[in-house]
Amino acid sequence: MWKTTARRMIIMIPQILLLSILVFLLAKAMPGDALTGLLDPSIDPAALEAQRERLGLNNPWYVQYWDWFTKALQGDFGQSFRFKMPVADLIGQRMMNTVWLSLLTLVLTYLIAIPLGIISGRYHDTWADRMITGYTYLGFAAPLFIFALLMLWAFGFHFGWFPTEGSVTPGLTPGTWEHVVSKFYHILLPALSMALITTVTTVQLLRSEIIDTKQRDFIITARAKGASEARVYNRHILRNSLLPIAAFFGYEITGLIGGTVFIESIFSYPGMGQLFLSSISLRDFSVVTALVLLYGAASIIGALLSDMILSAVDPRIRIK
Amino acid sequence: MGNTYADQTAAQDAGKSPSSWKILWREIVRDKVALASLIFLGAVVVIVYGVSLVLDQKQIVTVDLFALNQPPSADFWLGTDYGGRDVFGQLIIGTRNSLSIGIIVTLLTGMIGILIGLASGYFGGTVDNVFMRFVDFFMILPTLMVVIAFVTAVPKYGIVSFSLIMTAFLWMGIARLIRSKALQERELEYVQASRTVGSSHLKIMFGQVLPNLSSIIIVTMTLNLAANIGLESGLSFLGFGFPESTPSLGTLVSYARNPQTLEFRWWIWLPASILILVLMLCINNVGQALKRATDARQRKG
Repeated sequence: MWKTTARRMIIMIPQILLLSILVFLLAKAMPGDALTGLLDPSIDPAALEAQRERLGLNNPWYVQYWDWFTKALQGDFGQSFRFKMPVADLIGQRMMNTVWLSLLTLVLTYLIAIPLGIISGRYHDTWADRMITGYTYLGFAAPLFIFALLMLWAFGFHFGWFPTEGSVTPGLTPGTWEHVVSKFYHILLPALSMALITTVTTVQLLRSEIIDTKQRDFIITARAKGASEARVYNRHILRNSLLPIAAFFGYEITGLIGGTVFIESIFSYPGMGQLFLSSISLRDFSVVTALVLLYGAASIIGALLSDMILSAVDPRIRIK
Repeated sequence: MGNTYADQTAAQDAGKSPSSWKILWREIVRDKVALASLIFLGAVVVIVYGVSLVLDQKQIVTVDLFALNQPPSADFWLGTDYGGRDVFGQLIIGTRNSLSIGIIVTLLTGMIGILIGLASGYFGGTVDNVFMRFVDFFMILPTLMVVIAFVTAVPKYGIVSFSLIMTAFLWMGIARLIRSKALQERELEYVQASRTVGSSHLKIMFGQVLPNLSSIIIVTMTLNLAANIGLESGLSFLGFGFPESTPSLGTLVSYARNPQTLEFRWWIWLPASILILVLMLCINNVGQALKRATDARQRKG
């Protein structure tokens, strides 16, 4: 078990290195650099050139990459040219918003998935199962951004039950109870929109696991020795069916990354995804590189987590 | 010699259980929802490609200052957008563009995925190891971000570069699937037998293993088509897909990012949203029916 984890960790290092090179080159290849955006026509081109030289923008790419990479290792991702502040601080401000959004989405995803999956697996081929299967069918096909847009339109604008933008009502002092409540209120609709779509795969998985497990020999044995129906389901079937769901946890995190970009953009929620989109259109590439690297690291860790849970659950998967 | 071989296999086919194509087709006909979806999809394709031959894209995307944000009327069946452009015309052209790019990307990713998956599954060992580490690296990339970054970085941006960028980051899923199936397939006796007779690797891979995987390839490509259309419209929605002069379904939906449009001008974004939803649902229906057909336990008939 520990050997597997250690080996997986070692594989991560070249992956992150490669990702960082790719991301850096991409940012370099984007048209314009950080100074083109600030252009004031009255500035002397020679002065601009000197500024470029001073910032190291004229060095060959590998020198720039090495500069950037060694600094990034120490947590210094440079300055955001748009916000005039260190990238690390900027992302730090936005990160908590995205983390809360993702956490609530995860919680809601499992809160929805587990009861629905159990009902539809236990009573399969009843009308309840058909309703749930119908819902998963719809949710599987619907693109997240359209569903989120419809939710915003219906519950944000039409009924006016939820705020339509931002992460908190302005003017509240951080730390007070109202502040927390307002944050939760702002986060609820975006998280619910995402959870209702992402939960679908988990429901389907849980349902088919339960239906599969129901027909296994050990369940027949359990029934034969007189275990009550509740005990058969809670102790025997559920335990075995929840394992694959647990293993999927890491991949859920990976899936959330793409989702938050859409959700944050639709609900004007000031998180990392929104920062990414606005930074890329303004060529604020020190922010872009740091964000892509961060998201990449998150998805690597998500995959690692899944592999670790899987190998803990199922010894056959461990790397020899 | 090739001919006699083909004749032989054809003769064998006729005598044994129904071919995979027949099974797939039978499952769709049995499943009324899937059949209806397929007919609807066919109708959409015919209408969209047919009507867009008549429509003039240049004229539709030209700004008309005298008809800004008009609600639906006899002149403009679905009203106009903030530039006075006819929404109905954009919807037709957008559907055509979205479908086209979805199909192109699906075919390209399918081809790359099949080649890599087949090679690494069939040969196994070092080849497999090298390809799979490559795939692993692509799998951990935050696809959406990297695609957006590429779209911004490409100097001459157009439909071709857009589909190539999407292809470059979407072929891994199908490659993995084909690889795992090919790994199982190569242990089977027919491959060993063919090898003993002296067939070349290429012939076994493409002439014998590939046809055995055809049904699973069709299923995956159908489901991928839905996913690719969703991703393309999503990217266009965020503003990193098609340029505004080549509308896609996502472009129309993206007008809803303006709260005024979202709240008061439903005719601009709602039809496109519903169309995306229905298209993806229909493609998924067909795909799921095909998927059931490949698994004998779940077939309806």
